[in-house]
Amino acid sequence: MSEHRLPERDRPWLMRTYAGHSTARASNELYRRNLAKGQTGLSVAFDLPTQTGYDCDHELARGEVGKVGVAISHKGDMHALLDGIPLDEMNTSMTINATAPWLLALYVAVAEENGIDGSKLSGTTQNDILKEYLSRGTYAFPPGPSMRLIADVVAYTVEHVPRWNPINVCSYHLQEAGATPVQEIAYAMANAMAVLDAVRERVDESLMPTVFGRISFFVNAGVRFVEEHAKLRAMSLLWDELGRERYDVEDPKLRRFRYGVQVNSLGLTEAQPENNVQRIVLEALAVTLGRSARARAIQLPAWNEALGLPRPWDQQWSLRIQQVLAFETDLLEYPDVFEGSKVMDGLVEELVTGAREEMTRVAERGGAVEAVGYMKSELVSSHRERVRRIEDGDLTVVGINRFTETEPSPLTADAEGGILVVDPDVEAEQIAALERWRAERDEDAVRAALDELRRVARSESENIMPASIAAAHAGVTTGEWAQALRDAFGDYRAPTGVGEAVAGATSEELESLREEVDRVSDALGRRLKVLVGKPGLDGHSNGAEQIAVRGRDVGMEVVYEGIRLTPSQIAASALQEGVHVIGLSILSGSHRELIPSVIAQLREAGVDAPVVIGGIIPEADAAALREAGVAAVYTPKDFDLNRIMRDIVGLVAQHHGLAAAA
Amino acid sequence: MSGAELGRRLRERDLSAAPAALNLVEARRPGGPEEVAALLREVSPGALGGDAPAHVVGITGPPGVGKSSLLSELVAAWRCAGRTVAVLAVDPTSRRSGGALLGDRARIAVDPADRGVFIRSTAAGDTLGGLAASTRAAAQALAAAFDVVVIETVGVGQSETDVADAADTVAVVVQPGSGDVLQFLKAGIMEIPDVLVVTKADLGNIAESAVRDLRSALTALDAREVEVVAVSSIPPPRGIDELVAALDGHRAATDVAARRLHARRRHALADFAAEHGERGLRALGGRREAERLLDSLDPRLDVPSLRAALEENAAR
Ligand code: B12
Ligand SMILES: Nc1nc2c(ncn2[C@@H]2O[C@H](COP(=O)(O)OP(=O)(O)OP(=O)(O)O)[C@@H](O)[C@H]2O)c(=O)[nH]1
Ligand SMILES: [Mg+2]
Repeated sequence: MSEHRLPERDRPWLMRTYAGHSTARASNELYRRNLAKGQTGLSVAFDLPTQTGYDCDHELARGEVGKVGVAISHKGDMHALLDGIPLDEMNTSMTINATAPWLLALYVAVAEENGIDGSKLSGTTQNDILKEYLSRGTYAFPPGPSMRLIADVVAYTVEHVPRWNPINVCSYHLQEAGATPVQEIAYAMANAMAVLDAVRERVDESLMPTVFGRISFFVNAGVRFVEEHAKLRAMSLLWDELGRERYDVEDPKLRRFRYGVQVNSLGLTEAQPENNVQRIVLEALAVTLGRSARARAIQLPAWNEALGLPRPWDQQWSLRIQQVLAFETDLLEYPDVFEGSKVMDGLVEELVTGAREEMTRVAERGGAVEAVGYMKSELVSSHRERVRRIEDGDLTVVGINRFTETEPSPLTADAEGGILVVDPDVEAEQIAALERWRAERDEDAVRAALDELRRVARSESENIMPASIAAAHAGVTTGEWAQALRDAFGDYRAPTGVGEAVAGATSEELESLREEVDRVSDALGRRLKVLVGKPGLDGHSNGAEQIAVRGRDVGMEVVYEGIRLTPSQIAASALQEGVHVIGLSILSGSHRELIPSVIAQLREAGVDAPVVIGGIIPEADAAALREAGVAAVYTPKDFDLNRIMRDIVGLVAQHHGLAAAA
Repeated sequence: MSGAELGRRLRERDLSAAPAALNLVEARRPGGPEEVAALLREVSPGALGGDAPAHVVGITGPPGVGKSSLLSELVAAWRCAGRTVAVLAVDPTSRRSGGALLGDRARIAVDPADRGVFIRSTAAGDTLGGLAASTRAAAQALAAAFDVVVIETVGVGQSETDVADAADTVAVVVQPGSGDVLQFLKAGIMEIPDVLVVTKADLGNIAESAVRDLRSALTALDAREVEVVAVSSIPPPRGIDELVAALDGHRAATDVAARRLHARRRHALADFAAEHGERGLRALGGRREAERLLDSLDPRLDVPSLRAALEENAAR
């Protein structure tokens, strides 16, 4: 038998497309078409109200219903979503976290009503809350109760849905928030430990090896694909060691590092978007090239990632990348191609050492739950360094800071600019459907189920899952389930990380901006003060954080309150704080509804300060927003933050009738 | 709107005057001081016919101990009791850039439609002691209109001394498991606060032992009357009603008028000294003499008037 060939070609990884939008029915159709194209697993994207536990008629849900994912309000929606899909054969991944127990309960309830037992189900609930605090933003409850809910899902599935992956410990979102490879490894491992420690308190010790074996990861792979591959090998190594040393897992099979991937999206650009295809292919190599650290499941973003939501055709293109890699190339015919490579071993060693040091720093702060504030500010600092390197040209991004000459792209030539636009009527339809659902169900059963849910939530020792499944059967809605838990657990706001972020290296440009801020501030009589606001449920905080930190670094006073504010909260803050300018950031696509609403509330409150906005704002919408009173619109191609700052200072000067900079 | 007009509105307890009043008080525009003086004159004890009604509370302590989270609960409790609240949250200024990130209000949950709460963040600027230059004036202005005015400042060792000048009651907030406040107290680096608060009581044992340690330190310092309250600001909140009672209790036991009068005279002198330096003081016959002069002036005068009186005397 030859050592450099496998006796038999490997089976490919699970191929998925992260998809879902509008209604359950529309998404079901999309899933069936995707499966027909050779996709082998489902990956459900939920809309933000569903992810954060609000019904579609809640104030915070405005503009978000069915937008970035499918709206699932109750078991009727889940039935429609899964209609005609054989649940005992399908492997379904659900990107769901704060409300993971609830969506799993709906899934189990629907399977039961279709005569399929939990033991036959396979799939994944993402169910990782720490990375929601650190990056992703769809948390709902405070840390203590959230860790308990995670542990409940793990404890329940280990017993009743044994083929389920109850949690995906995520490092993907950390890299998307600026993490270095070392941070990605260290924080993911620290997070996994916090989860295991929480589960340990809720299951019999004898089950811990099984629990360990059920923990899987969801990682990222950036365009530096050699180092990124090394990162995955480093993670395998550390995970195996943790299993052995901290959790006494003897069976090596249970210590295997199992992971799924979404490749890097932060590095995908708005300018020359076709270049993103090359990036995606190379990133896919990072997670498939070496057999000993190959992904179990892969989903790839699309070429138009930085423009807006992908259409079915865009997603098909990305699925075909996976299929070419798996079925046309010889990738799956060989044993591990990096075995014995000095370069690879050296890189792994470097990363393991760095990660261990960072894990120690987290441990010194009492572990991942206690260290959320620390980790968040470290991520903001790393991201700031990344932004600086792009601005200064130390980090090349083709089409952004080098090779910017381009022909017009035919890909974006259509009326919509090459993206999917969700029908705005979906929200009204979903609200009407929800009202019908509420009218037709047995209210007594619903009330009883919610009472029981609240009791279990307060009990601390009981598992939340059985009461959630009963509530699902009774016709409880997503918002009601979450509100019952909010009643028991209270609300929470995660740290923003910006206050602690260290000041970056200074430069001539910064100095000159500071002088300009000083000059305008003197003329204003007070230091230039800006409010950076994030209206709606959108959790994309990177842009707002970087704007806030840079604002401080050029000498402004910056009020930043984090994500998920209502327009009235933003208006109240602007009024009370006496800010000179308001900057709003929206990436989730709800700008058409929310921006005009914020402006209306500001003006009603008597605040006449200029408003600038940034985020994923398609050119087609920018004009209408300017019409509604927006002074300037910034999108990802405006990567030079100092330029944005100069604009803002100029805008304030102009608004107050001060002379422009010399 | 003029300073006098804003002051009048505040005196009539028109809370909607607060944002503009703060914009004015914070301004360093030419002509600013006169307008601020006009505003403060309208809310002086003389104009009010007595001391401003508010309870001015200072909440101070090391970074990240949970001051703002605690305020979130306190504000809710005060609002429940029908009291209107203004919060002045002071954050440090970056030495490098002069800019600041103001993040306290993120932790103070309020209903944006509630007109009875006002929160303003300010950067400390280049002043020591964590108190923005304008904060004292801001507190005086708001104290005419609101039932409670809270000043949140960061630091230990200096900030509580500074805030004591602006507040009727100072609560120092202590992180369980960190000994800095305890050491500062014992070493006498820090003045004994009016109330001590141990946060994060949900952390259990370490909070309890922090309370014990502080109590025994207070006993040793012969300050047994200072209350130590353990609170938790994450759900379910704990100790909030006790803290409200302790703060009210302190105020009831204090001669507020005397404390404020003393503070106003100190401010006037500090402002004068900052502006005119040692030469100015010499012109008044030295610090002692200046204090004596202040003590002889009408107790109902506001700070700018007191300062004007000092300047007049120095020029004589
Ligand atoms: C990073 C990222 C994430 C991270 C966010 C981490 C974080 N804490 O911010 C993670 C992985 C968590 C994430 C999650 C999701 N994401 Co995402 N994400 C991105 C991505 C790849 C980059 C955004 C980014 O951070 N860029 C870097 C920052 C610095 O740039 P920026 O925000 O654009 O800001 C610049 C300008 O826009 C402007 N600006 C921005 N804000 C402001 C504010 C002011 C005042 C000013 C002056 C300027 C300004 O200045 C900045 C400087 O260049 C984009 C696609 C892309 N490449 O742009 C998708 C994208 C925004 N995500 C998307 C989606 C759908 C999601 C999810 C909702 C998916 C789901 N169904 O669950 C989730 C949930 C997130 C949530 N809670 O809302 C969609 C939004 C679709 C739409 N608008 O129609 C996008 C466009 C991808 C896509 N094509 O589908 N995402
Ligand atoms: N466990 C626990 N954590 C708390 C409590 N109060 C605050 N925290 C946490 O402590 C951190 C700091 O809280 P803040 O309220 O911002 O503290 P602060 O003293 O105002 O901080 P600065 O203004 O930055 O100095 C946050 O992560 C809070 O969630 C509490 O009672 N219990
Ligand atoms: Mg604070």
